[in-house]
Amino acid sequence: MTVIAPEQAASTARGSGGRDAASTGPGPARMARLRRKIGDNLQAYAFLAAGLLCFGLFSWWPLVKGIVLSFQQDNFVTDPIWVGFDNYRAVLDDPLFGTAWLNTLEFTGLALLFGFAVPFVMALVINEFRHAKGFFRFAVYLPVMLPPIVSVLLWQYFYDPGTGLFNAVLSGVGLPTSDWTQSPKMAMISLVLVSTWANMGGATIMYLAGLAGIPGELYEAAELDGASIWQRVRHVTIPQMRFIMLVLLLLQIVATMQVFIEPYQLTGTTNEETITVMVLIYRYAFTVNNDFGLAAAMSVLLFIVLGAFSAVYLRLTRKAD
Amino acid sequence: MSAMTRSLVSEADLRRGSGRLIYRLVLGAMAVAFTLAFLFPLYWMVTGALKSPLELAQTPPTLWPHEWHPETYLDAWRRLEIGKFLVNTAFYALGGWLIQLIIDVAAAYALSKLRPVLGNVVLGGMLASLMLPAAALLVPAYLTVAEVPIFGVNLLNTPWALWLPGAANAFNIYVLKRFFDQIPNDLLDSAGIDGAGRFRLLWHIVLPLSRPVLAVVSIFAIIGSWKDFLWPLLVLQDPEVQTISVALSRLASTGRVTNNEMFAGLAIASVPMVIIFMVFQRSILNGLSAGALKG
Repeated sequence: MTVIAPEQAASTARGSGGRDAASTGPGPARMARLRRKIGDNLQAYAFLAAGLLCFGLFSWWPLVKGIVLSFQQDNFVTDPIWVGFDNYRAVLDDPLFGTAWLNTLEFTGLALLFGFAVPFVMALVINEFRHAKGFFRFAVYLPVMLPPIVSVLLWQYFYDPGTGLFNAVLSGVGLPTSDWTQSPKMAMISLVLVSTWANMGGATIMYLAGLAGIPGELYEAAELDGASIWQRVRHVTIPQMRFIMLVLLLLQIVATMQVFIEPYQLTGTTNEETITVMVLIYRYAFTVNNDFGLAAAMSVLLFIVLGAFSAVYLRLTRKAD
Repeated sequence: MSAMTRSLVSEADLRRGSGRLIYRLVLGAMAVAFTLAFLFPLYWMVTGALKSPLELAQTPPTLWPHEWHPETYLDAWRRLEIGKFLVNTAFYALGGWLIQLIIDVAAAYALSKLRPVLGNVVLGGMLASLMLPAAALLVPAYLTVAEVPIFGVNLLNTPWALWLPGAANAFNIYVLKRFFDQIPNDLLDSAGIDGAGRFRLLWHIVLPLSRPVLAVVSIFAIIGSWKDFLWPLLVLQDPEVQTISVALSRLASTGRVTNNEMFAGLAIASVPMVIIFMVFQRSILNGLSAGALKG
């Protein structure tokens, strides 16, 4: 895998602090060097201060607070009460818990089917075109640029069972219409469709970048050996793309398991057909229960599941450096 | 792509028998499919706003507006106050971009070139935050913003609720640091001997050399803040200060808005990002590819 030149700085001087006194002289010189070093470090941390403050306050502290909160009952008026695993028990006992996780898995599964496999095939085909490549890259990525709420609201009008474009087209060509987001059978698929439409550009562009990096000699050699086009895909393209496919798979799992805006906007936070883990967290904290402890417990569970995927992802990409 | 480098299908394949015909057919079919799938919905949005609400809802739908109502865009701008929300969003995006850039560049510079004691621990701590799915931090981060520890201030409904958490961007710091790492230390050392301070080295040597990476980071910072929904939904509940995304979602649920006005609102909300995409297409698509390979 290419891009970004190798790290070359590491071996050269650690900062410029050490280069002044080549002499390892006694007393005063050493003191001066120490003072210099402390000064350098203070300067470095002055540059780091704002970043550290932001990370401390809005990333590291919320992590700790979230874990603490998941063991507490807190109404933010009186002192919080330590309740042990009660929040977790309550969350696990909630019949919506299973529903939300199953829905989320269903969404992720469908989203991978449409959003992982289809872009691969599209990229494979586009990569072979000698014309209009720019058009394809532009068109497929355009929806990714829209604010997600625009895509979702636009599709909400398309999905409308009475006046929507989709049903008009379906009945126009003599096909049965659908209730889309309002039907229990179709609701989840409707959410996945708009989500895929809005996001598939990213995967397609990344696949295209990967395909462009495959050395042409490999195909040439395969062709000389008499490999058909399909055999070349099977034995050259896919093995060469394995790493990027794995990375994208992990990225998409982490992203789609946090789906929120589609169910929030299209089917609402009370619809049991499409309630997802994120929607349930939102419900616990901000609508039905107003209980941040429950929401925190649910968040910790989500973090444990997604953290594993993220860890593998980071591992892989670091190793690729 | 000029002068094709060799890929899956060879020129020989294309010339052989029906190869050329199949190529033409697939190319045409894909072009039509992409136009219908990705461009047509946007065409529908822009022209939908020009139709009367009645025409917009009619079956069969009209492909081209029979009656023209360009004033819908003005109505939406005024009645739905789209203009105000657009300005809000632009203000959040630009301010967030500036703060993010200042804080992240300073941090990356310190970690790459000043190499303080425990620098690697700090970087590790920052990178670890990449493992935290944003969703898992939602509730505690919200509570933190509602009452910031140590300072005890409430940032809800202020721009800072978006700007400060956004500045804690480990991905940016990592990308910037890796770029700074490539800048030879000798260059900085010789300038340092001439008496330039740390800040001047950053300003006069590191930053001018880093223009490409700064551009990519900037574009993605602005796109990211423009697209964000859930976080602004939580921390900007006062309608006066909402972003356009949050406002559109709220307006769509009130039901007091006609469909064509809503379409106009959606179209207006899309314009800035579409323009940015058209102008910076190359850096966006290439930056994305690079990011994919180097997480």
